[in-house]
Amino acid sequence: MFIHRGLPLVSFLVLAAFSLPDFARAQENPYFVAYDHYLEEPGNLEIEYFSTFGTQRGGKDFHSYWMELEYGATAWWTTEFYLDGQTTFGDSTIFTGIRWENRFRPLKREHFINPILYVEYEHKSGADKILKEGEGHDVEADFLTPNSVARQEIINEMELKLILSSTFKGWNFTQNTLAAKNLSNEPWEFGYALGASRPLALKASARRCTLCPQNFIAGVEMYGGLGDRYHFGLHDTSQYVAPVLGWNLPSGWTLRISPGFGLNDNSHQFLLRWGVSREINGFGSMVSRLFRGGQ
Amino acid sequence: MRTRRTGVLTSILLIVAFFLPPALGQENANPASEKKSSAETMYSEIGRAPEKARAKRNPLEKDPDAVAAGRILFEQRCAECHGDSAEGGKKGPSLRANEIQDAEPGAIFWVLTNGVVRKGMPVWSKLPEPQRWQLVSFIKSLGPASAKTDAPPANTSQPRSR
Repeated sequence: MFIHRGLPLVSFLVLAAFSLPDFARAQENPYFVAYDHYLEEPGNLEIEYFSTFGTQRGGKDFHSYWMELEYGATAWWTTEFYLDGQTTFGDSTIFTGIRWENRFRPLKREHFINPILYVEYEHKSGADKILKEGEGHDVEADFLTPNSVARQEIINEMELKLILSSTFKGWNFTQNTLAAKNLSNEPWEFGYALGASRPLALKASARRCTLCPQNFIAGVEMYGGLGDRYHFGLHDTSQYVAPVLGWNLPSGWTLRISPGFGLNDNSHQFLLRWGVSREINGFGSMVSRLFRGGQ
Repeated sequence: MRTRRTGVLTSILLIVAFFLPPALGQENANPASEKKSSAETMYSEIGRAPEKARAKRNPLEKDPDAVAAGRILFEQRCAECHGDSAEGGKKGPSLRANEIQDAEPGAIFWVLTNGVVRKGMPVWSKLPEPQRWQLVSFIKSLGPASAKTDAPPANTSQPRSR
């Protein structure tokens, strides 16, 4: 089965990517769900690994994880490839699908509010638990289905987002509106994410340091579903709030952590997310050289 | 069986789609003429800075640490494209050129903030304002290319602290 064979591929890609030599110092936002308007620098590849531990009432807790390969195709276009998986404790570990995401910056210059257009295609199984977004009427009870049953459902979904983000006096404020369409004749579903974050210091230190406050970005994000086209609103949706903290290390690594809390009875009570990422300079030139015969 | 075939096909298409931009996008990344025209575009962007932006003074002008902090930021964010000594690199033009060194600090700050998105320079407003001014302080401290032997290289090693 295709989804079952994905795990060795994920392991290989993670190992290969993390052994690449040239890296850049990242200035990444601390969000897990919300997006701001900053795209990947052109030609750079960011390799990211994220995990979510989630509690499950009436069932088994789970640990989901995903890897992102984020590439700055141009200064106005970032493309990203995801590999997702999950372990449900006392059940099984499975690969749950792939995603291909693209973000476009339509405006040339910086404005008070900066729009980004987001288009994503997802090919995943019904056992997907990464909770990368809140949409439609997704609720905690959906996760009770055993992996062996849930994985039988194959979902092909298009997801569109309008990201509106602003940076003011060191603060970033972002608002994402989501519309998702399961291509199997399901209705449009909606969701949102809000985020606010700020570095702990705005001025950079004149000395190289790891624990300087400017290397830390703290904030909060809130996200959830907004129903579907027939039942729009907060009824029967899950909602979360999550403080977030990012640590941009001078070595080029970024660490993130975020405890999340469900805000209603339809939400998982507690989610603990963490992630690690590393940006690699000049990936585009490297691939280009490969195709041009090592110039 | 059909699901499996569709899955494999979808994966192949997505992987090809992901690697296509880097493979094609930088096909003509380095020819001299293209590099020159890219530099001219970057320099002309300085001239597009609005009057209000040009008139802004560097609030960290008298900060004794601004140049040193700007140097570290330059190494971390800018040297990849503009070269270790800011004399121009694989993708970015020289920052020691007269077009930059003669420009008002406010105009350089404006280009840093807005980027030159269609020509490959990203917006740097994700760096807080004081850090962008620290970068401006460092860039202005470099002096013109003819004085480059007197200017400190961008990658001078700094003491490490915690």
